[in-house]
Amino acid sequence: MLAKRIIPCLDVKDGKVVKGIHFKNLRQAGEVVDLAKYYSDQEADELVFLDISATSEGRKTLKNLVKNVASNISIPFTVGGGIKSIDDILILLENGADKVSINTQAVRNPNIVYEAAKKFGSQCIVVAIDAKRMGSHRWDVYIESGKIPTGINVKEWAKQVEDLGAGEILLTSIDTDGTLAGYDFQLLTNITKAVKIPVIASGGAGSLEHIYKAVTECRASAVLLASLLHFKTFTIKQIKKFLAERKIPVRMN
Amino acid sequence: MTGIINYGAGNIFSVIVSIRNLHEEVMVVSKPEMLRNIDRIILPGVGAFDHAMKYLKKTGLSEAVKEEIKKGKFLLGICLGLQMFFEHSEEGKLKGLGLIKGEVRKLPGKENLPVPHMGWNTVNIIRDSKFLKNLQDNSFFYFAHSFYCVPEEKSTVVALTSYGIEFASVVQKDNIIGVQFHPEKSAKHGLRLLKNFLRMK
Repeated sequence: MLAKRIIPCLDVKDGKVVKGIHFKNLRQAGEVVDLAKYYSDQEADELVFLDISATSEGRKTLKNLVKNVASNISIPFTVGGGIKSIDDILILLENGADKVSINTQAVRNPNIVYEAAKKFGSQCIVVAIDAKRMGSHRWDVYIESGKIPTGINVKEWAKQVEDLGAGEILLTSIDTDGTLAGYDFQLLTNITKAVKIPVIASGGAGSLEHIYKAVTECRASAVLLASLLHFKTFTIKQIKKFLAERKIPVRMN
Repeated sequence: MTGIINYGAGNIFSVIVSIRNLHEEVMVVSKPEMLRNIDRIILPGVGAFDHAMKYLKKTGLSEAVKEEIKKGKFLLGICLGLQMFFEHSEEGKLKGLGLIKGEVRKLPGKENLPVPHMGWNTVNIIRDSKFLKNLQDNSFFYFAHSFYCVPEEKSTVVALTSYGIEFASVVQKDNIIGVQFHPEKSAKHGLRLLKNFLRMK
Protein backbone atom coordinates (compact mmCIF):
# COMPACT_ATOMS: atom_id res chain seq x y z
CA MET A 1 0.00 0.00 0.00
CA LEU A 2 1.23 3.45 -0.87
CA ALA A 3 1.67 5.42 2.34
CA LYS A 4 0.23 8.90 2.84
CA ARG A 5 3.17 11.26 3.22
CA ILE A 6 3.90 13.68 6.03
CA ILE A 7 6.17 16.45 4.72
CA PRO A 8 7.70 19.11 6.95
CA CYS A 9 8.31 22.41 5.20
CA LEU A 10 11.20 24.72 6.06
CA ASP A 11 11.45 28.31 4.93
CA VAL A 12 15.06 29.13 4.21
CA LYS A 13 16.67 32.52 3.84
CA ASP A 14 20.36 32.95 3.02
CA GLY A 15 20.98 29.38 4.10
CA LYS A 16 19.19 29.58 7.47
CA VAL A 17 15.75 28.49 8.54
CA VAL A 18 13.52 31.44 9.27
CA LYS A 19 10.13 31.74 10.96
CA GLY A 20 10.17 31.44 14.70
CA ILE A 21 11.06 27.84 15.21
CA HIS A 22 11.77 26.61 18.70
CA PHE A 23 13.62 23.34 18.77
CA LYS A 24 14.93 23.00 22.25
CA ASN A 25 16.76 19.75 21.68
CA LEU A 26 18.87 21.01 18.80
CA ARG A 27 22.34 22.38 19.22
CA GLN A 28 21.96 25.20 16.75
CA ALA A 29 18.36 26.22 16.34
CA GLY A 30 17.69 27.29 12.80
CA GLU A 31 20.47 25.36 11.09
CA VAL A 32 18.92 23.76 8.05
CA VAL A 33 20.93 20.55 8.09
CA ASP A 34 20.23 19.94 11.77
CA LEU A 35 16.52 20.43 11.24
CA ALA A 36 16.56 18.23 8.17
CA LYS A 37 18.24 15.47 10.17
CA TYR A 38 15.87 16.00 13.06
CA TYR A 39 12.79 15.56 10.89
CA SER A 40 14.36 12.72 8.94
CA ASP A 41 15.03 10.88 12.24
CA GLN A 42 11.41 11.52 13.19
CA GLU A 43 10.44 9.58 10.06
CA ALA A 44 9.33 12.46 7.93
CA ASP A 45 8.58 10.96 4.51
CA GLU A 46 10.07 13.85 2.59
CA LEU A 47 11.22 17.40 3.21
CA VAL A 48 10.48 20.64 1.40
CA PHE A 49 12.76 23.67 1.48
CA LEU A 50 11.40 26.95 0.26
CA ASP A 51 14.10 29.48 -0.42
CA ILE A 52 12.97 33.00 0.25
CA SER A 53 16.31 34.68 -0.38
CA ALA A 54 15.87 37.59 -2.73
CA THR A 55 19.56 38.12 -3.47
CA SER A 56 21.91 36.28 -5.82
CA GLU A 57 24.23 35.75 -2.88
CA GLY A 58 21.38 33.93 -1.17
CA ARG A 59 20.91 31.72 -4.24
CA LYS A 60 24.55 30.70 -4.17
CA THR A 61 24.24 29.80 -0.51
CA LEU A 62 21.23 27.69 -1.43
CA LYS A 63 23.32 25.53 -3.75
CA ASN A 64 25.74 24.66 -0.96
CA LEU A 65 22.91 24.12 1.42
CA VAL A 66 21.24 21.64 -0.92
CA LYS A 67 24.52 19.76 -1.20
CA ASN A 68 24.92 19.72 2.55
CA VAL A 69 21.39 18.45 3.15
CA ALA A 70 21.76 15.77 0.46
CA SER A 71 24.96 14.56 2.11
CA ASN A 72 23.25 14.14 5.44
CA ILE A 73 19.82 12.65 4.88
CA SER A 74 18.57 9.69 2.85
CA ILE A 75 14.96 10.67 2.27
CA PRO A 76 13.72 12.69 -0.71
CA PHE A 77 13.65 16.45 -0.62
CA THR A 78 12.22 19.21 -2.74
CA VAL A 79 13.65 22.68 -3.18
CA GLY A 80 11.57 25.62 -4.30
CA GLY A 81 11.64 29.39 -4.42
CA GLY A 82 13.03 31.69 -7.08
CA ILE A 83 13.44 29.09 -9.85
CA LYS A 84 13.49 30.89 -13.20
CA SER A 85 15.19 28.61 -15.70
CA ILE A 86 16.12 25.07 -16.69
CA ASP A 87 19.65 25.93 -15.54
CA ASP A 88 18.38 26.85 -12.08
CA ILE A 89 16.72 23.44 -11.91
CA LEU A 90 19.79 21.61 -13.15
CA ILE A 91 21.99 23.25 -10.51
CA LEU A 92 19.63 22.17 -7.71
CA LEU A 93 19.27 18.61 -9.02
CA GLU A 94 23.01 18.25 -9.58
CA ASN A 95 23.61 19.27 -6.02
CA GLY A 96 21.30 16.65 -4.61
CA ALA A 97 17.72 17.95 -4.69
CA ASP A 98 15.29 15.23 -5.76
CA LYS A 99 12.55 17.54 -6.91
CA VAL A 100 12.10 21.21 -7.56
CA SER A 101 9.01 23.24 -6.90
CA ILE A 102 8.13 25.96 -9.40
CA ASN A 103 5.49 28.59 -8.71
CA THR A 104 5.68 32.12 -10.13
CA GLN A 105 7.82 31.24 -13.13
CA ALA A 106 5.44 28.45 -14.16
CA VAL A 107 2.69 31.07 -14.50
CA ARG A 108 4.92 33.58 -16.30
CA ASN A 109 6.36 30.96 -18.65
CA PRO A 110 4.39 27.69 -18.56
CA ASN A 111 6.83 26.23 -21.08
CA ILE A 112 9.40 25.80 -18.29
CA VAL A 113 7.22 23.03 -16.84
CA TYR A 114 7.09 21.24 -20.19
CA GLU A 115 10.81 21.61 -20.85
CA ALA A 116 11.80 20.57 -17.33
CA ALA A 117 9.55 17.50 -17.35
CA LYS A 118 10.92 16.46 -20.74
CA LYS A 119 14.51 16.81 -19.64
CA PHE A 120 14.44 15.66 -16.02
CA GLY A 121 11.26 13.57 -15.91
CA SER A 122 7.87 14.48 -14.45
CA GLN A 123 8.69 12.85 -11.12
CA CYS A 124 10.97 15.71 -10.13
CA ILE A 125 8.83 18.63 -11.23
CA VAL A 126 6.42 19.96 -8.63
CA VAL A 127 4.23 22.93 -9.46
CA ALA A 128 3.28 24.96 -6.40
CA ILE A 129 -0.03 26.77 -6.65
CA ASP A 130 -1.04 29.50 -4.22
CA ALA A 131 -4.82 29.76 -4.27
CA LYS A 132 -7.11 32.46 -2.97
CA ARG A 133 -10.85 32.04 -2.62
CA MET A 134 -12.79 34.48 -4.84
CA GLY A 135 -16.29 33.18 -4.24
CA SER A 136 -18.11 30.14 -3.02
CA HIS A 137 -16.72 27.90 -5.76
CA ARG A 138 -13.93 29.86 -7.34
CA TRP A 139 -10.28 30.22 -6.47
CA ASP A 140 -7.65 32.28 -8.29
CA VAL A 141 -3.93 31.71 -8.66
CA TYR A 142 -1.66 34.22 -6.92
CA ILE A 143 2.05 34.58 -7.59
CA GLU A 144 5.10 36.30 -6.04
CA SER A 145 4.51 34.76 -2.60
CA GLY A 146 0.80 35.39 -2.78
CA LYS A 147 1.14 39.10 -3.52
CA ILE A 148 0.05 39.30 -7.15
CA PRO A 149 -3.33 38.09 -8.45
CA THR A 150 -3.28 36.52 -11.90
CA GLY A 151 -6.99 36.10 -12.56
CA ILE A 152 -6.26 32.48 -13.51
CA ASN A 153 -8.69 29.87 -12.24
CA VAL A 154 -6.91 27.37 -9.97
CA LYS A 155 -8.70 24.33 -11.33
CA GLU A 156 -7.89 25.26 -14.93
CA TRP A 157 -4.29 25.96 -14.01
CA ALA A 158 -3.94 22.64 -12.17
CA LYS A 159 -5.17 20.77 -15.25
CA GLN A 160 -2.84 22.77 -17.47
CA VAL A 161 0.28 22.03 -15.42
CA GLU A 162 -0.67 18.36 -15.39
CA ASP A 163 -0.83 18.43 -19.19
CA LEU A 164 2.51 20.23 -19.32
CA GLY A 165 4.11 17.36 -17.42
CA ALA A 166 4.16 18.37 -13.76
CA GLY A 167 4.50 15.30 -11.55
CA GLU A 168 2.86 16.76 -8.49
CA ILE A 169 0.92 19.77 -7.30
CA LEU A 170 1.66 21.53 -4.04
CA LEU A 171 -1.59 23.31 -3.30
CA THR A 172 -1.55 26.08 -0.70
CA SER A 173 -4.57 28.06 0.38
CA ILE A 174 -3.57 31.65 1.06
CA ASP A 175 -6.76 32.10 3.10
CA THR A 176 -6.06 29.33 5.58
CA ASP A 177 -2.25 29.36 5.64
CA GLY A 178 -0.88 29.71 9.13
CA THR A 179 -4.35 29.89 10.71
CA LEU A 180 -4.38 26.34 12.16
CA ALA A 181 -8.11 26.42 11.39
CA GLY A 182 -7.98 23.59 8.85
CA TYR A 183 -7.23 23.26 5.16
CA ASP A 184 -9.56 24.77 2.59
CA PHE A 185 -11.12 21.33 2.16
CA GLN A 186 -13.42 22.42 -0.65
CA LEU A 187 -10.49 23.71 -2.68
CA LEU A 188 -8.51 20.54 -2.02
CA THR A 189 -11.33 18.22 -3.09
CA ASN A 190 -11.94 20.32 -6.17
CA ILE A 191 -8.34 19.98 -7.32
CA THR A 192 -7.75 16.31 -6.44
CA LYS A 193 -10.87 15.53 -8.48
CA ALA A 194 -9.65 17.58 -11.43
CA VAL A 195 -6.19 16.02 -11.86
CA LYS A 196 -4.65 12.55 -11.85
CA ILE A 197 -1.26 13.56 -10.44
CA PRO A 198 -0.64 13.60 -6.65
CA VAL A 199 -1.74 16.70 -4.76
CA ILE A 200 0.00 17.84 -1.57
CA ALA A 201 -2.29 19.73 0.79
CA SER A 202 -0.83 22.84 2.39
CA GLY A 203 -1.99 25.72 4.53
CA GLY A 204 -4.01 25.62 7.68
CA ALA A 205 -3.56 22.25 9.36
CA GLY A 206 -4.15 22.68 13.07
CA SER A 207 -5.36 19.30 14.26
CA LEU A 208 -4.96 15.59 13.58
CA GLU A 209 -8.53 15.50 12.27
CA HIS A 210 -7.64 18.12 9.65
CA ILE A 211 -4.86 15.89 8.35
CA TYR A 212 -7.10 12.82 8.42
CA LYS A 213 -9.78 14.60 6.42
CA ALA A 214 -7.26 15.89 3.87
CA VAL A 215 -5.89 12.42 3.07
CA THR A 216 -9.25 10.61 3.16
CA GLU A 217 -12.30 12.38 1.79
CA CYS A 218 -10.27 15.14 0.12
CA ARG A 219 -7.88 12.56 -1.44
CA ALA A 220 -4.61 14.41 -0.86
CA SER A 221 -1.56 12.19 -1.37
CA ALA A 222 0.46 14.06 1.20
CA VAL A 223 0.29 16.90 3.68
CA LEU A 224 2.79 19.69 4.00
CA LEU A 225 3.21 20.86 7.58
CA ALA A 226 5.03 23.84 9.01
CA SER A 227 3.72 25.56 12.16
CA LEU A 228 2.11 22.40 13.51
CA LEU A 229 5.47 20.61 13.59
CA HIS A 230 7.78 23.56 14.19
CA PHE A 231 5.87 24.59 17.29
CA LYS A 232 5.65 20.96 18.36
CA THR A 233 1.88 20.87 18.58
CA PHE A 234 2.27 17.32 17.31
CA THR A 235 5.22 15.15 16.40
CA ILE A 236 5.35 13.23 13.13
CA LYS A 237 5.06 9.99 15.09
CA GLN A 238 1.86 11.16 16.79
CA ILE A 239 0.37 12.10 13.44
CA LYS A 240 1.30 8.76 11.88
CA LYS A 241 -0.01 6.83 14.86
CA PHE A 242 -3.33 8.69 14.66
CA LEU A 243 -3.64 7.89 10.95
CA ALA A 244 -2.52 4.26 11.35
CA GLU A 245 -5.16 3.67 14.03
CA ARG A 246 -7.72 4.81 11.46
CA LYS A 247 -6.42 2.35 8.85
CA ILE A 248 -4.61 4.95 6.77
CA PRO A 249 -1.38 3.51 5.34
CA VAL A 250 1.64 5.34 6.73
CA ARG A 251 5.30 4.46 6.78
CA MET A 252 6.38 3.41 10.25
CA ASN A 253 9.50 1.39 10.97
CA MET B 1 35.44 0.76 -6.70
CA THR B 2 31.87 1.39 -7.88
CA GLY B 3 31.18 3.22 -11.12
CA ILE B 4 28.11 5.43 -11.25
CA ILE B 5 26.98 6.38 -14.73
CA ASN B 6 26.24 10.05 -15.19
CA TYR B 7 23.99 11.02 -18.05
CA GLY B 8 23.65 14.64 -17.12
CA ALA B 9 19.95 14.88 -16.35
CA GLY B 10 19.70 15.39 -12.66
CA ASN B 11 20.41 14.03 -9.25
CA ILE B 12 23.04 11.32 -9.04
CA PHE B 13 24.49 13.12 -6.03
CA SER B 14 22.45 11.09 -3.54
CA VAL B 15 23.59 7.79 -5.05
CA ILE B 16 27.22 8.92 -4.84
CA VAL B 17 26.85 10.05 -1.24
CA SER B 18 25.08 6.84 -0.19
CA ILE B 19 27.81 4.64 -1.67
CA ARG B 20 30.58 6.78 -0.17
CA ASN B 21 28.87 6.62 3.21
CA LEU B 22 29.28 2.84 2.96
CA HIS B 23 33.05 3.42 2.74
CA GLU B 24 33.24 2.48 -0.91
CA GLU B 25 35.17 4.42 -3.54
CA VAL B 26 33.08 5.94 -6.29
CA MET B 27 33.91 6.88 -9.86
CA VAL B 28 31.47 8.97 -11.84
CA VAL B 29 31.50 7.39 -15.28
CA SER B 30 30.92 9.40 -18.45
CA LYS B 31 33.14 7.49 -20.92
CA PRO B 32 33.38 3.78 -21.81
CA GLU B 33 37.08 3.45 -20.97
CA MET B 34 36.36 4.52 -17.39
CA LEU B 35 34.47 1.27 -16.82
CA ARG B 36 37.58 -0.90 -17.07
CA ASN B 37 38.91 -0.14 -13.62
CA ILE B 38 35.73 -0.43 -11.66
CA ASP B 39 34.33 -3.50 -9.90
CA ARG B 40 30.60 -2.90 -10.30
CA ILE B 41 28.28 -0.47 -12.05
CA ILE B 42 25.27 1.56 -10.94
CA LEU B 43 22.92 2.94 -13.56
CA PRO B 44 20.95 5.57 -11.65
CA GLY B 45 17.45 6.65 -12.40
CA VAL B 46 17.08 10.21 -13.50
CA GLY B 47 15.49 11.88 -16.47
CA ALA B 48 13.41 10.58 -19.32
CA PHE B 49 13.90 7.30 -21.24
CA ASP B 50 14.92 8.63 -24.66
CA HIS B 51 17.17 11.31 -23.23
CA ALA B 52 19.07 8.74 -21.19
CA MET B 53 19.24 6.07 -23.94
CA LYS B 54 20.45 8.63 -26.45
CA TYR B 55 23.25 9.58 -24.10
CA LEU B 56 24.27 5.96 -23.46
CA LYS B 57 24.33 5.20 -27.19
CA LYS B 58 26.14 8.40 -28.17
CA THR B 59 28.91 7.91 -25.62
CA GLY B 60 29.30 4.22 -26.37
CA LEU B 61 28.44 3.44 -22.77
CA SER B 62 25.57 1.13 -23.69
CA GLU B 63 27.92 -1.29 -25.48
CA ALA B 64 30.65 -0.86 -22.87
CA VAL B 65 28.25 -1.70 -20.01
CA LYS B 66 27.19 -4.88 -21.83
CA GLU B 67 30.84 -5.88 -22.22
CA GLU B 68 31.51 -5.43 -18.51
CA ILE B 69 28.45 -7.49 -17.56
CA LYS B 70 29.69 -10.34 -19.76
CA LYS B 71 32.90 -10.27 -17.71
CA GLY B 72 30.75 -10.96 -14.64
CA LYS B 73 30.62 -7.52 -13.08
CA PHE B 74 27.43 -6.71 -11.20
CA LEU B 75 25.10 -4.00 -12.46
CA LEU B 76 22.45 -2.22 -10.42
CA GLY B 77 19.79 -0.22 -12.25
CA ILE B 78 17.71 2.23 -10.27
CA CYS B 79 14.25 3.38 -11.44
CA LEU B 80 14.79 4.54 -15.03
CA GLY B 81 18.08 2.61 -14.83
CA LEU B 82 16.06 -0.59 -14.38
CA GLN B 83 13.61 0.38 -17.12
CA MET B 84 16.47 0.77 -19.59
CA PHE B 85 17.40 -2.92 -19.07
CA PHE B 86 14.37 -3.87 -21.17
CA GLU B 87 13.77 -3.91 -24.90
CA HIS B 88 11.49 -0.93 -25.21
CA SER B 89 9.38 1.51 -23.21
CA GLU B 90 6.09 3.25 -23.76
CA GLU B 91 7.83 6.40 -22.52
CA GLY B 92 10.14 6.63 -25.51
CA LYS B 93 10.77 5.75 -29.11
CA LEU B 94 14.35 4.52 -28.76
CA LYS B 95 15.26 0.91 -28.03
CA GLY B 96 16.34 -0.04 -24.53
CA LEU B 97 19.52 -1.92 -23.62
CA GLY B 98 17.79 -5.28 -24.09
CA LEU B 99 19.59 -6.90 -21.14
CA ILE B 100 16.35 -8.48 -19.94
CA LYS B 101 13.49 -9.57 -22.18
CA GLY B 102 10.32 -7.59 -21.72
CA GLU B 103 8.96 -4.09 -21.94
CA VAL B 104 8.12 -1.00 -19.94
CA ARG B 105 4.54 0.23 -19.73
CA LYS B 106 2.75 3.28 -18.39
CA LEU B 107 1.03 2.87 -15.02
CA PRO B 108 -2.74 2.79 -15.60
CA GLY B 109 -3.68 5.39 -12.97
CA LYS B 110 -7.16 5.23 -11.54
CA GLU B 111 -9.25 7.28 -9.22
CA ASN B 112 -7.38 7.51 -5.93
CA LEU B 113 -4.23 6.17 -7.57
CA PRO B 114 -2.47 9.19 -9.02
CA VAL B 115 0.37 8.82 -11.52
CA PRO B 116 3.33 9.30 -10.99
CA HIS B 117 3.34 6.64 -8.30
CA MET B 118 5.07 8.84 -5.80
CA GLY B 119 5.97 8.03 -2.24
CA TRP B 120 6.66 5.13 0.11
CA ASN B 121 5.27 1.74 -0.80
CA THR B 122 5.90 -1.80 0.41
CA VAL B 123 8.07 -4.37 -1.33
CA ASN B 124 6.87 -7.97 -1.21
CA ILE B 125 9.71 -10.46 -1.60
CA ILE B 126 8.80 -13.50 -3.71
CA ARG B 127 12.23 -15.00 -4.40
CA ASP B 128 15.48 -15.43 -2.51
CA SER B 129 18.33 -13.14 -3.44
CA LYS B 130 21.52 -12.11 -1.67
CA PHE B 131 20.62 -8.61 -2.71
CA LEU B 132 17.67 -8.65 -0.26
CA LYS B 133 19.60 -10.23 2.60
CA ASN B 134 18.53 -9.05 6.08
CA LEU B 135 15.58 -7.17 4.67
CA GLN B 136 12.18 -7.71 6.22
CA ASP B 137 9.38 -8.54 3.86
CA ASN B 138 7.01 -5.64 3.13
CA SER B 139 9.49 -2.92 4.10
CA PHE B 140 8.78 0.57 2.77
CA PHE B 141 10.80 2.06 -0.10
CA TYR B 142 10.55 5.38 -1.91
CA PHE B 143 9.09 5.28 -5.42
CA ALA B 144 8.78 8.07 -7.99
CA HIS B 145 7.82 6.76 -11.42
CA SER B 146 5.09 6.67 -14.06
CA PHE B 147 6.23 3.53 -15.90
CA TYR B 148 6.74 -0.06 -14.77
CA CYS B 149 8.60 -3.09 -16.08
CA VAL B 150 7.01 -6.22 -17.46
CA PRO B 151 9.71 -8.91 -17.66
CA GLU B 152 8.96 -11.75 -20.04
CA GLU B 153 10.65 -14.38 -17.88
CA LYS B 154 8.82 -14.44 -14.57
CA SER B 155 11.87 -16.05 -12.94
CA THR B 156 13.59 -12.66 -13.06
CA VAL B 157 11.03 -11.07 -10.72
CA VAL B 158 12.40 -11.01 -7.16
CA ALA B 159 9.88 -8.70 -5.47
CA LEU B 160 6.52 -7.14 -6.22
CA THR B 161 4.80 -3.91 -5.30
CA SER B 162 1.17 -3.14 -5.80
CA TYR B 163 -0.33 0.08 -6.98
CA GLY B 164 -3.58 -0.68 -8.71
CA ILE B 165 -1.67 -3.42 -10.47
CA GLU B 166 1.15 -5.62 -9.18
CA PHE B 167 4.46 -4.81 -10.78
CA ALA B 168 8.07 -6.01 -10.48
CA SER B 169 9.86 -3.76 -8.01
CA VAL B 170 13.04 -5.85 -7.82
CA VAL B 171 14.30 -7.70 -10.87
CA GLN B 172 17.38 -9.90 -11.14
CA LYS B 173 18.95 -11.90 -13.92
CA ASP B 174 22.28 -13.34 -12.77
CA ASN B 175 24.58 -10.35 -12.20
CA ILE B 176 22.04 -7.81 -13.44
CA ILE B 177 19.84 -6.33 -10.72
CA GLY B 178 17.26 -3.57 -10.96
CA VAL B 179 15.01 -1.79 -8.50
CA GLN B 180 12.03 0.39 -9.39
CA PHE B 181 12.33 2.37 -6.14
CA HIS B 182 15.17 4.62 -5.01
CA PRO B 183 17.35 2.86 -2.42
CA GLU B 184 19.43 6.02 -2.04
CA LYS B 185 16.28 7.83 -0.87
CA SER B 186 14.80 5.03 1.22
CA ALA B 187 16.47 5.68 4.57
CA LYS B 188 17.90 2.63 6.36
CA HIS B 189 16.27 -0.09 4.23
CA GLY B 190 17.69 1.49 1.11
CA LEU B 191 21.17 1.64 2.58
CA ARG B 192 20.86 -2.02 3.54
CA LEU B 193 20.28 -2.97 -0.11
CA LEU B 194 23.13 -0.81 -1.37
CA LYS B 195 25.38 -2.47 1.19
CA ASN B 196 24.24 -5.90 -0.02
CA PHE B 197 24.94 -4.86 -3.60
CA LEU B 198 28.51 -3.87 -2.75
CA ARG B 199 29.08 -7.35 -1.32
CA MET B 200 27.78 -9.29 -4.30
CA LYS B 201 30.22 -11.45 -6.17
